[in-house]
Amino acid sequence: MKRIYKVIAVMITVVILASCTKKLDLFPTNDLTPESVYTTSTGYKQALAKIYAAFALTGNTGGTGSPDIPTQIIADEGNSDFLRLYWNLQELTTDEASWTWQNDAGVRGLHEMSWSAINPIISGTYYRSFFQITLANDFIRQSTDENLAGRGITGPSADSIRKYRAEARFLRAYQYWILMDLFGNPPFVTETDGIGTVIPKQTTRTELFTYIESELKAIETELIAPKANEYGRADQAAAWALLARMYLNAQVYTGTGKFTEAITYSNKIKGLYSLHNNYRELMLADNHLNTNEFIFTINYDAKYTQNWGGTTYLTHGPAAVPGSISGTSGNWGGLRLTHNFVDLFPDPSGNTDKRAQFYTTGQNKTMTDLYTGTDGYSTTKYRNKTRSGGPAPNADPAGNWVDIDFPIFRLAEIYLIYAEAVLRGGAGGDAVTALTHINQLRARAYGNLSGNINASQLTLDFILDERGRELYYEMHRRTDLIRYDKFTTAAYLWAWKGGVSAGRAVDSKYKIFPIPTTDLSSNPNLKQNPGY
Amino acid sequence: MFTCTSTSAENLTGYSSFQKKIAKMKIKNRLRHVAACLFSLFFFTTVLFAQQSLKGTLRSASGEPLVGATVTVKGSGRSVVTSPTGEFSIDVPAGSTLVISYVGYQTREISVTSEPQITITLQSAGADLNEVVVVGYGTARKKDLTGSVVNITSKDFQKGVITTPEQLIAGKIAGVSVISNGGQPGAGSTIRIRGGSSLRASNSPLFVIDGVPLENDNISGAGNPLGLINPNDIESFTILKDASAAAIYGTRASNGVIIITTRKGRGGGLRINFSSLNSASILVKKVDVLSSDQFRTIVNDKGSAAQKTMIGGANTDWQDEIYQTAFGTDNNISLSGGLAKLPYRLSIGYQNLEGILKTDKMQKASLGISVNPTFLDNHLKVDINLKGSMQKNRFGNQAAIGGAVSFDPTQPIYVKSNRFGGYFEWLNATSPTGLESLAGRNPLGLLNQRYDEGTPQRSIGNVQIDYKFHFLPELRANLNIGYDVSKGKGTVFVSDSAAADYSRAGRNTEYKQSKRNTLLEFYLNYVKDIKSIKSRVDVTAGYSYNNYLTTVFNYADFNAKRVKLPNTDPAFPFNKPENTLISFFGRANYTLNDRYLLTATLRRDGSSRFASENRWGLFPSIALAWKIKDEQFLSNNNIISDLKLRIGYGVTGQQDGIGNYDYLSRYALSSANATYQFGGTYYQGYRPSGFNPNIKWEQTATSNIALDYGFLDNRINGSIDFYLKKTTDLLNEIPQPAGTNFSAFIIANVGDMENKGVEFSINTEPIRRNDFTWNVDFNITYNKNTIKNLTVIPGDKNYVGFQTGTIAGGIGGQFVYINAVDGPKSTFNLYKQVYDSVGRPLEGVFVDKNEDGIINQNDLFKTKTADPKVFLGFSTGMTYKKWNASFVLRASIDNYVYNNTFSQGGTLSQIRGNSVLYNASTNYLETGFNGNSQQLLSDYYIQNASFLKMDNLNIGYNVGRVFNKATLQLSATIQNVFVITKYKGLDPEISSGIDNNFYPRPRIFALGLNLGL
Repeated sequence: MKRIYKVIAVMITVVILASCTKKLDLFPTNDLTPESVYTTSTGYKQALAKIYAAFALTGNTGGTGSPDIPTQIIADEGNSDFLRLYWNLQELTTDEASWTWQNDAGVRGLHEMSWSAINPIISGTYYRSFFQITLANDFIRQSTDENLAGRGITGPSADSIRKYRAEARFLRAYQYWILMDLFGNPPFVTETDGIGTVIPKQTTRTELFTYIESELKAIETELIAPKANEYGRADQAAAWALLARMYLNAQVYTGTGKFTEAITYSNKIKGLYSLHNNYRELMLADNHLNTNEFIFTINYDAKYTQNWGGTTYLTHGPAAVPGSISGTSGNWGGLRLTHNFVDLFPDPSGNTDKRAQFYTTGQNKTMTDLYTGTDGYSTTKYRNKTRSGGPAPNADPAGNWVDIDFPIFRLAEIYLIYAEAVLRGGAGGDAVTALTHINQLRARAYGNLSGNINASQLTLDFILDERGRELYYEMHRRTDLIRYDKFTTAAYLWAWKGGVSAGRAVDSKYKIFPIPTTDLSSNPNLKQNPGY
Repeated sequence: MFTCTSTSAENLTGYSSFQKKIAKMKIKNRLRHVAACLFSLFFFTTVLFAQQSLKGTLRSASGEPLVGATVTVKGSGRSVVTSPTGEFSIDVPAGSTLVISYVGYQTREISVTSEPQITITLQSAGADLNEVVVVGYGTARKKDLTGSVVNITSKDFQKGVITTPEQLIAGKIAGVSVISNGGQPGAGSTIRIRGGSSLRASNSPLFVIDGVPLENDNISGAGNPLGLINPNDIESFTILKDASAAAIYGTRASNGVIIITTRKGRGGGLRINFSSLNSASILVKKVDVLSSDQFRTIVNDKGSAAQKTMIGGANTDWQDEIYQTAFGTDNNISLSGGLAKLPYRLSIGYQNLEGILKTDKMQKASLGISVNPTFLDNHLKVDINLKGSMQKNRFGNQAAIGGAVSFDPTQPIYVKSNRFGGYFEWLNATSPTGLESLAGRNPLGLLNQRYDEGTPQRSIGNVQIDYKFHFLPELRANLNIGYDVSKGKGTVFVSDSAAADYSRAGRNTEYKQSKRNTLLEFYLNYVKDIKSIKSRVDVTAGYSYNNYLTTVFNYADFNAKRVKLPNTDPAFPFNKPENTLISFFGRANYTLNDRYLLTATLRRDGSSRFASENRWGLFPSIALAWKIKDEQFLSNNNIISDLKLRIGYGVTGQQDGIGNYDYLSRYALSSANATYQFGGTYYQGYRPSGFNPNIKWEQTATSNIALDYGFLDNRINGSIDFYLKKTTDLLNEIPQPAGTNFSAFIIANVGDMENKGVEFSINTEPIRRNDFTWNVDFNITYNKNTIKNLTVIPGDKNYVGFQTGTIAGGIGGQFVYINAVDGPKSTFNLYKQVYDSVGRPLEGVFVDKNEDGIINQNDLFKTKTADPKVFLGFSTGMTYKKWNASFVLRASIDNYVYNNTFSQGGTLSQIRGNSVLYNASTNYLETGFNGNSQQLLSDYYIQNASFLKMDNLNIGYNVGRVFNKATLQLSATIQNVFVITKYKGLDPEISSGIDNNFYPRPRIFALGLNLGL
């Protein structure tokens, strides 16, 4: 019998031990708690790096693997980075671009202007903007003076983190500008709204305009001085550039023009930067050298910042361009320009105006068919090569990823903002300077003065066309056409606008995109934009 | 338990009149009569008769020889075991009694006459209501079951080449759908019990093998984690379908529980059994694509000048090239018996199977050891089970399947060039690699130049100690300590000359993962018959601890020469995801008057996957049963042999299929190739993960009403079950209001879903004769799934539902399903095709459903669903003298498949491609689509995939004695015999409902032998 009691005793002991030794509180091996991230200035900087990386990358793993944007919104992670999404909305909807592969999610309907509220490219952009805003809000919350003091961070470390904080506010303001421009009336959250605590209220375009303006002005002095920050990080000039761009479009956003302010902020920037001497060297693998012209960039690197969107998309995307020209493994047969856009160049050969970087071999100029890869010229503007024609510094042996940085703001745009604001009656500038700036752009484009124009040629319509020639494929076209009221109207028609080959006017509701149905159903405070 | 009665007295030759007399005695007075008959037998045995040699053959009702059954001379302790032909020989005194027992069958007693040769038939335990069934944490007498529990033993298993346990029961059980995931050897299956209760969390049932609950997750390098269990070692399956049966498994029971019991040693002399099954698998059907001549005609007719020059001079049927006739062998040897008082069973299995896709190969070796000693006068029972297996797999590159369908048939396989291994590839001189960048690669090159090899190992074992208290024999204590460890590792090698990975100079990568799952369970069980109040009480209370720990090793990426690709070092060398489940459980069975039964269970589960305030869940169940047959008014009825009404209700939980740490705010470091550049430095970022501190259990409440019936001595028996499963707090990925969480979607408890259905089964034995038996079993299941709510605010009209079901064709993801309120899950959501007057679909013309003049996503409409409404199983077996034959049919009604092969490959733009030519589906000849409008999301591609399938056809012959002592049986089996369907693609049985690059299920011809000693 004693043996039996022993057996029972052992059984009971084992049970009691097992129930005590392991608890139900488990934590992942490699992840960190928020408390452990935000303890050192390095931790803060790495959190900041993720906010910036939300521009460039699709997720936490090079290529694909751990997407930021859930697959319910964009099934293919390669399509879910900021630049590719925003680029598609700004360019595929216009005369500048169409994409051959109509079966790709969300493509059909963009160029034809018949999109709906459940288009994945539209909702992808929306959620990508909010992703960066949410990261920024978290960072701003974690980096209050109170939190820094509480975590024992003082002195130069604390000063650096305050700069990071101002940059986080800039990035948030930039994304709110994107949302204001695309969606008009998005929901609104700031750092005071903790994660999962509030259902955001909807804001209006006008309110949002005021908010972004006040944020940018508030951080104007907190940001690091122009050109004094690390490459890739925002400085005061970035905030000024965003203000200038926003003021130029103020009439669209609020009904009230702010052209004087657009000139004011252009003026702050102009003297600090100069045009790079060769247009065709703007979008190359070593374009990080163009710091004289680039104000703020999204940085890509074939070794360290790998993804299928970004400038990888802009380099592989254009149809028919051989890998030997683009410096990649080849093209994806996708992007082509309408003939209407090509016609903005009196000489599309590129021999006179060097900005006409069209690839024409095997391509028909006329876009007879919207979804045929050989209809429409494509472009070689983005090339993964250095100025000397050599391979990229961190070249990807497989030829997939590229090293080209993308300028969100560059001096040429500031010149064009200045000129347009002057022509639209803004104060603080003059027509002579405006003409000078336009001719600076044209002289660079032509390599000589043969392309220069005179004062009488400098009209608003000329500036729109000049913006097209100078800034195409840089995510400006849709906003520009709306400002000129040529986006939905019959004032300017291009191939397949409205779904017909000659183009036709469409409902003016398409000037802003619909709030994604997904968010309407999860946020009861939201109302759909008119007409959708 | 035994009786002196026999249900097949007339089968027994030399049956004594004395036996006949007692056979007629009433069961009511059973015990007294048994005692009487025993006494008589003893008397005759010991006094009246002399020793004689008796030879016998033991068969099942279906005529199969029963191997390894124990034949004991009552009272003498002398016993023998039947040979592989079911024969036995024993010296007995005439007039003595033989007790014949075999697991899964009713124990019989036979009195010995002077007849020297007898044939004995054992009735399957299906008809034996005293049979004991393994249920969660203990056993139950079959007659006492109150829940929906189905037990299926080896005699009813599917036959042929079976690589994974669940395939043994496909089509055999009402309410249980088992669909293999393809034709690859060892492929896993999609198993659904009563439709599946979840949308985004797991819909797979819990598997418990010899008391060890298994984790559902995959093992690296193994096609299927269950494939590491040797099907030949399995004795029986018990399926707990409703909540009253399964709720004892609490949070893991919502999708049902499948309990596997493996074969055990039974003591006695050494028995050796050897079986060998050798098979040849052939491709049954190819995807219909254009012939090379059709292809040439079309390109010459409609291609550009450049495309016409691409046409080659060869005629290659790429599908013929990538498939092969595959050979396989499956060998098992088992040794069982008793060493001293230690019953043991040792089994060794070896499978070596080729896939019909060239280069596909699976080798598996498995070992099973089971010892079951008893001590202390049977008070202490110890069960030790150890199972181990290892595989050596080479996975054929399944990209070749789609590749072969679309590769240009006018191109040759090989060219006279050393580049790219001599395979024909599409070239482009301007590309840095010399290859056309987006062109498909040579399908044969994809296969032969890739070595994707995995060597997973798995061992499952447990020690179960059961102690019956000496001072209180009604009380038992049971301790079960178990483990499930596995290691998955493998390598992928692609030569540097292979076009597929040419730009990265080949591939030589590795992966490794290990799992260590531990289990500790303890329970007390008290059983007491309280005669004074005609009651029986059976109470269990216990504790369970489960820990699931996985270690995943991370590696850098290498080219074929093992040169590391730049910057591919992982951020962390390994990761160790882990979760723990702690549970307390109890069950009470109360039986009144042997007619009225009550079962109540309660389980409290704590999971590490939830925050402390949501961590614990309580899962109760209650069930009542009424044995109507035992009521006075039916007890004399000779037609009705069994009638029982069961009513049950219970709540189960579900936490599988979600992350381990979803409730925690946590920050993940980005990998080295996903950094951001500030100045000259690249920073790895910290990304906060989306989280939901409020996440908790998903709950399913199941009601079940059922009737078990038996007629004519149970020669006709079965059940009908009606059930209603309501899942609340669905674990579902739901969108977060933008800006309120780090991920736009998180897993949260939002939504309700309902499954209701009927299951009916009938098992019959139309012929039950000595040399001729025939049984016919049939089951049918109807299940209706409805999503009731998906939003935080119920009935939100804004919410259209969420899309799932990614198809091939178009990047960025096109979804064909929508999960929306008031419809079933996986409802196709597509454009309505418009047809011309002769019924041809008009390309790009769809019905403007909302009549707004624009065809866009708002015009998608909900149509058919992928899940069948009704599925059926039909099995029959026949024996005639030494021959036996059986087949299994399965059918599925009202299931639809999206034919992605048609939609992606059935257009002119498919042929003209981007830069090179591709072959198209013959569907192009029917539609003439040029592919320039969005056709992918047309409901034209939804096809009715109802089917009738013969799973296997088996013929066996019992040779009998060979080489003196050994016995031999032979069998021939055909698997995947035929399919009758209207579906136009390769195979209608596709659990995902999207037919794309499906690995064809082969037809398998197998010859087997079974040799016993």
